[in-house]
Amino acid sequence: MSAGADAVDSIEEPLSGRAADSRSGFGVHRALIASSVVLLAFVAVAALAPYSLVDPAQIDPLVRLRPPSMETPFGTDHLGRSVLSRTISGARVSLAVGAGVMMATSVIGVAVGIICGYFRRVDGILMRVMDAVMAAPAILLAIALMALSGPSIGNLVIAITLPEVPRMARVVRASVLSLRGRTFVEAAITAGCSAPTILLRHILPGAVGPMMVQATYVFASAMIIEAVLSFLGAGTPPATPSWGNMMAEGRQYLQRAPWILAFPGGALTIIVLAVNLLGDALRDRFDPRLMRTAISGGKMRAR
Amino acid sequence: MKPNAMLFAAAALAFSLSPVGAESVLKIRPFGDLKQIDPIVTSDYMVRNHGYMVYDTLFAMDEKLEIKPQMVESYEISADNMTYTFRLRDGLKFHNGAAVVANDVVASLKRWGKKDGLGQTLIAKTAKLEAVDDKTVRLVLAEPWGLVLDALGKPSSNVPFIMPASIAATPADQSITDPVGSGPFIMKKDEWVPGAKIVYVRNPNYTPRADAPSGLAGAKIAKVDRVEWHYIPDAQTALNALQAGEIDILEEIPPDLLPVIRSVKDIKIVRQDSLGAQAVFRMNTIQPPFNNQKIRQAVSYMINQKTFLSAYIDDPAQITECPSFYMCASPYKTDAGWPKPDMAKAKQLIAESGYDGTPVVILHAQESGPTNTFSLVAAQVMREIGLKVDAQAMDWGTLVGRRASKAPTSQGGWSLFISAPTGADMMEPVGHLALRSNCDKAWFGWPCDETIEKLRAEFAVTVDIEKRKKLAEQIQLRAVETVPYWPIGQISLMRAQSARVDGVLNAAIPVYWNISKK
Amino acid sequence: MIGFAAKRIAATAPVLVLVAVFVFLLLRLAPGDPAAIIAGEQATPEQILAIRQKLGLDAPLLSQFASWIGQLALGDLGQSIFSGLPVSELIAQRLQPTLMLAMATIIFAVLIAIPLGVIAAKRAGSLIDRMTMAGAVLGFSTPVFVIAFLLVYIFALSFRLFPTQGYVPLEQGVLASLHSLVLPALALSWTYIALIARVTRAAVLDVLQEDYVRTAHAKGLSEARIMSRHVLKNAAAPVITVIGIGLAALLGGVVVTETVFSIPGLGRLTADAILRRDYPVVQALILLFSVVYVLANLIVDLSYGLVDPRVRA
Repeated sequence: MSAGADAVDSIEEPLSGRAADSRSGFGVHRALIASSVVLLAFVAVAALAPYSLVDPAQIDPLVRLRPPSMETPFGTDHLGRSVLSRTISGARVSLAVGAGVMMATSVIGVAVGIICGYFRRVDGILMRVMDAVMAAPAILLAIALMALSGPSIGNLVIAITLPEVPRMARVVRASVLSLRGRTFVEAAITAGCSAPTILLRHILPGAVGPMMVQATYVFASAMIIEAVLSFLGAGTPPATPSWGNMMAEGRQYLQRAPWILAFPGGALTIIVLAVNLLGDALRDRFDPRLMRTAISGGKMRAR
Repeated sequence: MKPNAMLFAAAALAFSLSPVGAESVLKIRPFGDLKQIDPIVTSDYMVRNHGYMVYDTLFAMDEKLEIKPQMVESYEISADNMTYTFRLRDGLKFHNGAAVVANDVVASLKRWGKKDGLGQTLIAKTAKLEAVDDKTVRLVLAEPWGLVLDALGKPSSNVPFIMPASIAATPADQSITDPVGSGPFIMKKDEWVPGAKIVYVRNPNYTPRADAPSGLAGAKIAKVDRVEWHYIPDAQTALNALQAGEIDILEEIPPDLLPVIRSVKDIKIVRQDSLGAQAVFRMNTIQPPFNNQKIRQAVSYMINQKTFLSAYIDDPAQITECPSFYMCASPYKTDAGWPKPDMAKAKQLIAESGYDGTPVVILHAQESGPTNTFSLVAAQVMREIGLKVDAQAMDWGTLVGRRASKAPTSQGGWSLFISAPTGADMMEPVGHLALRSNCDKAWFGWPCDETIEKLRAEFAVTVDIEKRKKLAEQIQLRAVETVPYWPIGQISLMRAQSARVDGVLNAAIPVYWNISKK
Repeated sequence: MIGFAAKRIAATAPVLVLVAVFVFLLLRLAPGDPAAIIAGEQATPEQILAIRQKLGLDAPLLSQFASWIGQLALGDLGQSIFSGLPVSELIAQRLQPTLMLAMATIIFAVLIAIPLGVIAAKRAGSLIDRMTMAGAVLGFSTPVFVIAFLLVYIFALSFRLFPTQGYVPLEQGVLASLHSLVLPALALSWTYIALIARVTRAAVLDVLQEDYVRTAHAKGLSEARIMSRHVLKNAAAPVITVIGIGLAALLGGVVVTETVFSIPGLGRLTADAILRRDYPVVQALILLFSVVYVLANLIVDLSYGLVDPRVRA
């Protein structure tokens, strides 16, 4: 379900290039702005949260399960905690996990991808390892890692990152492979530039586009996996107000107090939607031709 | 061979007469999953409830909390109260067809006496436990003890269930694997899907008592052909299933769902057991931080029963603040020495305790209603008094496994779990699950206190009720000081049942005989 | 074609070995001593040592790995720490619901997604197209349990059309069994539908712009004939591929779906086993899921070769 988001780009991009051409540039632009605004709004709310709100952990048995009202805009949960405060704190957790996983995946994925794409000798071994990691379903792997390492946000980021790395590595490797054959890179090699210089000056900038697109999908996917893991009881520690924890608790009250589940669920859907749309828009903005050759080249070789 | 063949013929006839699909099936959503089938090795209530399906007991507690003979036809107590002679009823048979004989009883009681608290005491006080003939068991005490029948008719874990001697020969620290008993139902082990489904069928060879059923005593008549336990961990899902008629009885409804259920017609809400439960804040007294008595005392000031209870249940009829280690329904209930909740005092005690910041590892079972809510509240108030908290999410089965670990918290050990043992285990000092302070042999948490043990031993041999009350009070005063655990309050558990179901007994334990389906 | 197949199969073998190594290491490097867990509540250090020896946990990692692989080869997946039952028996008990759920999901997904994708591509830019694509993005932006709850609320509780939970085994009637699978399969196929519809649309769009399709149009061939002869055939490869890739998401989703619908399948077994740290069961199941995934993708690769001769080169 969540891995679906990443699976899409690695297969769809080579195909949708031309379809995207037909879309108006204005449409892409608009989608880019709209999704960025939504995302920034969430970030702003999450950043301002600690300054203005009731403590999301504050238990008040006297106001349990209150429906949304003027005093309690999102209602209260089964312990009388403010659902609004918790949803906002949950945004912090979700964004932190999403951003953490995105950065960790990008750093590791780019490193592995560049090494594989440029130094062909290690490519075979490293890519087989990546294939093996990819073969285990991401959610199972993440639950297993969480069960072994114990619930904490740091562990959560590691547990979600590990299964995400191979896809990132593949995307980057594919762009490196296609760039490596380009004339200007050949020229640099002939001119005797050192490998680090070529990689940093000539190859990395070219790989940034596909990498960014993949990174947005990783971001979206990480937030969903966080929710799923917490829902299954293997995610953020139970007292942490994360959206997954709220939904896991809220499912007991689906009939009596649907707002406990609805607000975090809605928030999660909106933000993931925004990030996915952002990814689509970014993909359409970057040179489709490059994306096409880069990724399909990687695809054929990797399989 | 011949009786077997006849039986087979009879069964075949019965089968051919009843049209396919006419088999009556009672579908239960139990409160937890059955992890294993040995009710002696573990005190897990699911295993205990399983025990009541497949095993029978010598004595049983009736609706009025009196101990009545069950497998026993008649019994005699010698004039000096030292010799008990039990005669078994006629027609008692194990599921494999073998008759229940006195040797089976002796072997079962001996195995039980190695694990159960009350059982340990009984065996320690026994000079001789023997089979006189196939039908007669004799128990000779080494010293006077007033609780023999209470021990044999103990309603809750560990229950002295009677098993075949060959199975009871299994070492007491090793789980049995064969669920053969002599109870009203037979477990279909081939249909058992651990983690999902447990199936029982009517025991056609069961001979019930003649007297009317009352609590756990009296006639145990299986009125349905099959009882299926469907483990549905999620309460909302289970409630959906009950509303849709997919299950008939739903155990341990989360109280917050009660208003929803009340609005559904054709579903009745009844008390799950007659005594209710006492929620306990159980600390590991052999590992930091709760090996520090001052910190445990801080907990006794920290816990405000009202705060905890009302976080779980709105309905005041279902909760009781009870300032006592004993159930408020118990004759020994006393508020002697009971501290008033006082957060400032709790903070002060933590400051004086020399607390070094070792986190409190909570075994936080999320799918168990009271445990989940109380663990969340506990984490919050512990932080408020300055304790560090590490709440580890898990399911109840994991909790049961983890709490047995005596290791430091950094090596898979624990500091705190919250549970709600049945009131039957909290009535008086000797059988009290959580007050027992006999170190290694005590309930998980292993409190160790000679004074409490001496007083408990004295209580056991005391007959006079006033003297007993005095002793119970002294035990409480001492326990307020040593804090082996702290009560969070009393709750009544509720069970929802479809209107099609009839004959549910008001017993200390949820049992499934005597129930029929329209 | 045979050479191509042999090459693909040969390339799969090292991945499988690596998966095995990976699963093995994952659990051996975990904190906590399985022997202590098996030994139970009141074990002495001697008993734990004895169990460790019996299980071979004191041997060097390499020889432990060798004996584990050896056992695997003999079909011995070990014993559950928790219930003491052989892992193979646990898996056998729970195989049917998961297989049925997975098949129903794939069938649902294909039946719904491919027509949607084709229509969206044919009418690119139209309202239907936009709705489908928006729905697709929404599809994988929503956690499967949220969808599951919505479905239960609407179709099981309000309209009473389907059971709220549980699985009826095939032995108790095929229809009843399928009936019990409708909601879980729908919930689980949601993401899958999104994925396949998007790819189908893109693939069909791509093919529609190829010269031979234009030629076919110019020749005046009927729309239906063009679609079946040229478009669908040439768009099939990426669609088949994405079905294979999506399988990983599906296997992960099974865990959640089975939990929400209380289906006694492999997914719930896995989640329970992981949360209980029942290492042998976890090991066997992750290995099983991974092998299924790798093999499914091998089959996809091979069928890719069948429909698209260019790949065989």
